[in-house]
Amino acid sequence: MSTLTDLTLAEARDKLAKGEFSAVELTAAHIKAVEAKRGLNAFIVETPELALAAAKESDMRIKAGTAGAMEGLPIGIKDLFCTEGVQTTAASHILEGFKPPYESTVSAKLKAAGAVSLGKLNLDEFAMGSSNQTSYFGAVENPWKKNSDPKAKLVPGGSSGGSAAAVAARMVMAATGTDTGGSIRQPAAFCGITGIKPTYGRCSRWGIVAFASSLDQAGPMARTVRDCAIMLGAMAGHDPKDSTSVNMAVPDFERALTGDIRGLKVGIPKEYRPDGLSEEVAKVWEQGIEWLKAAGATPVEISLPHTKYALPTYYIIAPAECSSNLARYDGLRFGQRVPGKTLDEMYKNTRAAGFGAEVRRRILIGTYVLSAGYYDAYYAKAQKVRRLIAQDFTEAFKSVDVILTPTAPSAAFGMGEGTDDPVTMWLNDVFTIPTSMAGLPGLSLPAGLSADGLPLGLQLIGRPFDEETVFKVAGVMESAANFTARPEGC
Amino acid sequence: MAYIIQGETGDWEIVIGLEVHAQVISKAKLFSGAATEFGAEPNTQVSFVDAGFPGMLPVINGICVEHAVRTGLGLKAKINLTSVFARKNYFYADLPQGYQISQFDQPIVGEGELILDLPDGSTRTVGIERLHLEQDAGKSIHDMHPAKSFIDLNRSGVALMEIVSKPDLRSPEEAGQYLTKLRSILRYLETCDGNMQEGSMRCDANVSVRPVGETELRTRCEIKNVNSIRFVQQAIEYEARRHIDVYEAGGTIRQETRLFDSVKGETRSMRSKEQAHDYRYFPDPDLLPLVIEQGFVDTIKAGLPELPDDKKARFMAEYGLNAYDAGVLVAEKASAEFFETVAKGRDSKIACNWVMGDFFASLNATGKTIDNPPVSAADLGALIDLIKDGTLSGRLAKDVFALMVETGKAPALLVEEKGLRQVTDTGAIEAAVDAVIAANPDKVAQVKEGKTTLLGWFTGQVMKATQGKANPAMVNEMLAKKIVG
Repeated sequence: MSTLTDLTLAEARDKLAKGEFSAVELTAAHIKAVEAKRGLNAFIVETPELALAAAKESDMRIKAGTAGAMEGLPIGIKDLFCTEGVQTTAASHILEGFKPPYESTVSAKLKAAGAVSLGKLNLDEFAMGSSNQTSYFGAVENPWKKNSDPKAKLVPGGSSGGSAAAVAARMVMAATGTDTGGSIRQPAAFCGITGIKPTYGRCSRWGIVAFASSLDQAGPMARTVRDCAIMLGAMAGHDPKDSTSVNMAVPDFERALTGDIRGLKVGIPKEYRPDGLSEEVAKVWEQGIEWLKAAGATPVEISLPHTKYALPTYYIIAPAECSSNLARYDGLRFGQRVPGKTLDEMYKNTRAAGFGAEVRRRILIGTYVLSAGYYDAYYAKAQKVRRLIAQDFTEAFKSVDVILTPTAPSAAFGMGEGTDDPVTMWLNDVFTIPTSMAGLPGLSLPAGLSADGLPLGLQLIGRPFDEETVFKVAGVMESAANFTARPEGC
Repeated sequence: MAYIIQGETGDWEIVIGLEVHAQVISKAKLFSGAATEFGAEPNTQVSFVDAGFPGMLPVINGICVEHAVRTGLGLKAKINLTSVFARKNYFYADLPQGYQISQFDQPIVGEGELILDLPDGSTRTVGIERLHLEQDAGKSIHDMHPAKSFIDLNRSGVALMEIVSKPDLRSPEEAGQYLTKLRSILRYLETCDGNMQEGSMRCDANVSVRPVGETELRTRCEIKNVNSIRFVQQAIEYEARRHIDVYEAGGTIRQETRLFDSVKGETRSMRSKEQAHDYRYFPDPDLLPLVIEQGFVDTIKAGLPELPDDKKARFMAEYGLNAYDAGVLVAEKASAEFFETVAKGRDSKIACNWVMGDFFASLNATGKTIDNPPVSAADLGALIDLIKDGTLSGRLAKDVFALMVETGKAPALLVEEKGLRQVTDTGAIEAAVDAVIAANPDKVAQVKEGKTTLLGWFTGQVMKATQGKANPAMVNEMLAKKIVG
């Protein structure tokens, strides 16, 4: 059955349609893989019975000729998406045991398209982290190993670490992720898979546990560009329940994969070469430029002058929003409660016990930057800089069609590394955050291996709502990269 | 006339600004589809948005925006085509999200004005600082259990308009007049029912005092959530006196939030400035800036009803009423309509006298409201017609009106039933006049000697003899002819 878990979404879709195997068989094969790879700790909740029941229905629809775009395809749902009747925790103790009485718009759309959910995937607590080590339910392990030290456990990146690890380890064919500052793209890069954060507003945020509302965006994580295109098509669309979702038709993203990028101009930002950039990452980036040139595109050096302010700005805006968004976890109506003699004491007890260190840190930073007397110096200024960062991109896109950068400054690192110093950890998102601040689509795809045998990713950034160009260029790069490596034993 | 408080050290004036929270008339809440009806079972009108569940998002209710604009236009205020919702962050058990969605530095309505109708018929203009939309919180109930508090989220998320006046009010009476007028305008506009008992209109009063002649504003205290106009006035009066006493004793007033205890008639400290929340306002990232078109505003403007000030001016011009009468009649839309129905095709001053006099008295006496009056406008009009055509004398009409209040019957019917028709038969009146003259020769003599004021006494006697049914004009005329000659 191992072949079934090797298929891409597109292949499985076509074979299901031809009746080469059933959705139940496909799902059962993946349930086995989930059991086999449980050691990675990619899932918080597994729902095999629900999955098999859904697969049965998918088979009926396939037979009846009413199959949806994702019919019968086993996927995982990041545990930040509320799922009706299935525990949703955001990987936080404070929400342990919470079973939402509603289904997030994105997961509902996927289910409506026929996707079969195998369960809820681990993540950094409240999506705050870049290594999936802040989860209350334990760290997720990257299925990839270093050649030099095959025993060392590596992080899968974060916050969508469970999603990336599960896709890379062939436990699921694809997974939902969310990206606030790089939470889809960086783990995709660390785990050698493809993931896209679409334009802010492309997917509904309704029913997704909020981290930083002005930045949070759902997106697909899969093993190919085409699979991401298929899945994004099923996730995207206007939702009247989310005032920030955009009322625009969803294009057929798969059709954008023409393979023809002749004449396209590809921006290469000169500010994306910080001192700490690894030699290997720089080399893969150069290689990526060569591939695009060979396919008939023209690299153009561009400047995004405010890049260096993106990270500090992000770490004002995201915590500010999170400090307010997480106020509702007060132990009163859902999730965990630790009693106290007074209301204030109950708040303190509940929140101290319920939130982990990174979440507490960001709530404190956010509360501070919004405080009277500090608001103008921090939050208001950060918003101004954010506009300048967005303007940089607007300027750049006057002369280029897409921008190519590395996804992360390095390959996956070891578990336990970088956890003492939060700022070092935050630097992981230095290449992905500017895109988030500008609300632009950004896709990461695996472009090569480090000398130590770990995947390295490249990022393509597009104009607002021009995921099609991003997919088109990514498709060409994917072919050129011919990334066939896979983690040992997967 | 200026309202001055005499202290031991001199004269003081009060400076008052009011913040009114007016609940928007809307079937659904400001950002959710949950119902808003008053008096429902606790926690039966709560959506997951109102309860602050994970992943829930607010979506603006267009009706509430329309009503805010409508109210802004009614207050002759600047409408801001772009406004921004901001989060006001604080923790409390009846605030499920941990923040209230409100508007901070960019409200939907800017400066406007409100005209006070003073008792002497004159007016005074009070500035409106702003009007913004915000969510109401839920309700905490602390008296149901010795150690527990209960929370009702029915009100959580209900749309409020916070209407802030400039510190232009100078007396408790003016504060009352402001609230009365504001309520009147809101009711005309049908954007808020103005019901203070049910809490759909609540008032916070900012009060400070200063010696007469001083131009600087002194430290103010905010008295929260006072739930009747009378209490607002009492609270202001108490608070002003307290400030003066503190100043005159050499003390200073600390800026603080206070509560009004209506039982004891005093204000009490709730929290000082140091204990005040840092609300950490910031634009709500779940909501885009609220942008409305000028055309939307123009359409609402075109559909505005005639408002109290305009109606008052028209009543004065069209019906010749004085400012006071016109002001009283237009205070409520229903009473203005009642008056206009009565006055239509009739003498407007007589109509005004009847409405302002016997009719309003009947409302008080029966405890009924203008919406369900004891006498309909048509019946009152018919009564006035009976006076005009001579069927009833003024005096008889009053008796008939009393019967109308009592029985709800039409005046013509009562006249028939009770035989209250005015006697205009010359023969019958002459007989009564002759009888009275014959019985009082001494008084006849006095009149003839020049004491003509006694004629009124004769009229009274004749009216008495005819049970008030004689036409008084005819009686007067006949008496004068027969006695004076």
